[in-house]
Amino acid sequence: MSWPDDVVERAEGMVAKYPESRSAVMPLLYLAMREDKGLTLDGMRQVADYTGLTPVQVESVASFYSMYKRDSVGDYIVSVCTSISCHLLGGDEVLEAVAEETGVPPGETGSDGRFSVEGVECIGACGGAPAVQVNYELVEGVTPDSSRRLCRWLADDQPVVISSDQMQADFGGIRSFDWGPAEPGGATGPVPAFGPLGTEGQRS
Amino acid sequence: MEAHPADSNTLDRYEATGGYATLRKALVEMSPEQIRDEVKAANLRGRGGAGFPAGVKWGFLAPAEPRYLVINADESEPGTFKDRQLLERDPHQLIEGIVLSSYALGVNHAFIYIRGEYARPARRVQRAVEEAYDAGYLGENILDSGLALEVTVHLGAGAYICGEETALLNSLEGRRGEPRLKPPFPAVEGLYAMPTIVNNVETISNIPWIIANGGSAYDAIGPEGSRGTRMFSLSGHVARPGNYEVVMGMTWREMIYQIGGGIRDGNELKCWIPGGASAPWFTPAVLDEPVTLDDAGRLGSMLGSGGIVVMDETTDVVAAALSIVKFFAHESCGQCTPCREGATWLERILQRIVTGHGREADIGLLLDVCDNISPGLRWPPAQTTICPLGPSLVSPITSIMTHFRSEVEAMIRHAEPAGV
Repeated sequence: MSWPDDVVERAEGMVAKYPESRSAVMPLLYLAMREDKGLTLDGMRQVADYTGLTPVQVESVASFYSMYKRDSVGDYIVSVCTSISCHLLGGDEVLEAVAEETGVPPGETGSDGRFSVEGVECIGACGGAPAVQVNYELVEGVTPDSSRRLCRWLADDQPVVISSDQMQADFGGIRSFDWGPAEPGGATGPVPAFGPLGTEGQRS
Repeated sequence: MEAHPADSNTLDRYEATGGYATLRKALVEMSPEQIRDEVKAANLRGRGGAGFPAGVKWGFLAPAEPRYLVINADESEPGTFKDRQLLERDPHQLIEGIVLSSYALGVNHAFIYIRGEYARPARRVQRAVEEAYDAGYLGENILDSGLALEVTVHLGAGAYICGEETALLNSLEGRRGEPRLKPPFPAVEGLYAMPTIVNNVETISNIPWIIANGGSAYDAIGPEGSRGTRMFSLSGHVARPGNYEVVMGMTWREMIYQIGGGIRDGNELKCWIPGGASAPWFTPAVLDEPVTLDDAGRLGSMLGSGGIVVMDETTDVVAAALSIVKFFAHESCGQCTPCREGATWLERILQRIVTGHGREADIGLLLDVCDNISPGLRWPPAQTTICPLGPSLVSPITSIMTHFRSEVEAMIRHAEPAGV
């Protein structure tokens, strides 16, 4: 199966950004993940076609990086930081609360496909520890209690766009620094919302 | 303290506060060589972790073309979040630094490698890059100077090791992020085997100021060997966590108690990590030593990435060390046996100690595994691995064995006999 025209256009744009097409393998893997809600063999074959690599070479790259998920992922990946600063301030308890509230153990995706839950390494939010990301959008200064409320909100409201600013206002606490003005948009799926990958209110 | 303008990330605000004026001036009045000389005179030491003088690194750039400049925005060292603020709040300062540096180095294509988890910072940088293109600060003929520069923003995908510069280059080439053997150094054979300079976000963010004010003005700030201002990320059990840009040379006591506001809840300080998770820990015995790169090295650690993690008296230091070892075990790229195997073993042994199943021989075993990764357990560390990730995972273990051995022993003494 081949990608629809608009995705092909994005893929070609990615390849054009680099002196050598192989360099586009990483953004293309995100694109493939976004298309199939997880990385599939078919998606990796598409990436291979654009980069002049074999599908096995593409898979070898994909398997190295933790953000390329081979299994299908939930609508919301809830990533709880458990590295040192978050560990010192209760990150492990937050992870426990998230797992309990969602019913999804760390490292797994729930059977209804709503949540993937993971304990992750440092996400650069140590001054606002403990910190959580939902689809790679950040909320700092959470507690076990506020992270439970965050999960309930995701389950009940099923927001299409995940906004850091909104989550921070509703469920966050102390921040690593002043974030400045609120951002339009946010993540629209479980891959980092960036450039042509579907950020609202942004040219690419 | 001056308030940071809310919209500091926008081109309008950056220009209104003097942004890109230096570039405008330098492209007309300065030669590439003059810019290189100013950076060298500034004695600006790299802000990514190794502290290598940026001007000296630039001097190694081989003459072959094309050459590349790669900005390392893969900030992932536990305890460090200063580059995130520079990316989110001051992306144009970075871009101006990139254009000035590219002009100085004869580069026509620069890359900003941002870690995948930094979605928001990446959006801000992408938008700033687009603004800069539209305003003529990037592109074919920058400010009618004839200078051409393309900037590509590249997103990582969750691998700490890509912060190591040769792993980053492999990743940018679309490969697994495994560090390369050096030599050849990137300045000779880097991206696509062409001469490449890899510099940290904060390092390049310093360039506009240096060119505006002169290298000697920068060199006049702070103590010798630690020139200029530097961003520190304070976190852990400190009362006022956050990023602080300071002139180095104050004491650790001032850093933790004045800048950081002391220890939360009026608790006592137990120890701290002075420069990211890779750095050996300090205890209150060195509170009155100065915060400089060379003093930290003399005392057996480093300022590293600028991430200061403070631990108070309530901290279970063995569990804290386990958290760090787990991190490195997860992030080991797997190329070198001592690191790949050692990391897993260290994690498992520490895990059983923390969960009350430690054995008497475990301390010796931990140190033996550490010695196989970093022979002699000395500072600066020796390594049996391609990159310094190996010695990094040794740091928390030697730290607790040096400073808190009795706590580890007590944990083992009280262990369940039927351990795993």
